[in-house]
Amino acid sequence: MTKDIDLTLRRILGDVLGLKPAQVEALNEDSGLFGHLPELDSMAVAGLLTEIEDRLDIVIEDDEVDGDLLADYGALLRFVQGKVAA
Amino acid sequence: MRYTDWSFTAPDGSRHADSALWLGESGPRLLIVPALLDEGHRLRRLSVEVMRRLANSGITCILPDLPGTGDSDFPLEQADLALWRKAMGDLAQDTGAQAVFALRGGALAAPEGLAGWHYAPIKGASILRQLIRARIIASREAGVEERQDALMEQGRAQGLELAGYRLGAAMIAQLGGAQPATEGVSPIDQELVSGAPLWLRAEPGESREQADALAAILAIGLRDGAKA
Repeated sequence: MTKDIDLTLRRILGDVLGLKPAQVEALNEDSGLFGHLPELDSMAVAGLLTEIEDRLDIVIEDDEVDGDLLADYGALLRFVQGKVAA
Repeated sequence: MRYTDWSFTAPDGSRHADSALWLGESGPRLLIVPALLDEGHRLRRLSVEVMRRLANSGITCILPDLPGTGDSDFPLEQADLALWRKAMGDLAQDTGAQAVFALRGGALAAPEGLAGWHYAPIKGASILRQLIRARIIASREAGVEERQDALMEQGRAQGLELAGYRLGAAMIAQLGGAQPATEGVSPIDQELVSGAPLWLRAEPGESREQADALAAILAIGLRDGAKA
């Protein structure tokens, strides 16, 4: 299950950022997201979160969304895993 | 490829100028209703690539700017879904379009009663939620806290600026309840087209394969006349 979440999350990020499969695979805990990728603006983040909700059947509250949540791939993955487990 | 002028009548009776991109010179005519707002930009290239393929298959495609967007002289703030549907309906009639292809939220602006296809149609509430979420995130980065319910209330009362678009109160209210039509139109799911959805892209992308797939579905459907 944890592995599935990781795979799904990678795929969504790949779709949003237009990454090639090798780049998707290369994402690691420390890969920087919001604030590191200029193309990941507020609209793209909103789309990303909505897609995560749809594909993983979770609800992300607006007040849970801040710079820390999206600081790097590891932080986002831990947050989403926590949501799915809840 | 050519741009033509067309015009529509606003509820107050005034006439307004708009423009449409035409591809193809003969054959059946297909009205393309673009995806809404920022998704319209991200799907513009895909739309035109599909039109090129259809034009090569002997189908004429007409892609207008929705009133209040692009080359239209109408203020976006005064536009709403009802006005868009009416304008698209008038354009379909004036051009003799026999079917419609609406992308994403374009399904909410497609003419009533015209058969055709909706590509990955989306509810108005989902569009609104995403736009409001983007605004909340951007405001938070600027150190301002905003809440979804308060923004919705403000929007329904006096309109709202979302992702750089100044949307009027009527548009906000109508988006909140709008559902894509299902009667007489066939949805085209992304699974059928395959590949990563281009409307998700942070920066506009393109896909030859997806354009091929969409054009094939539309060309076969128009040829068979089953949907049109």
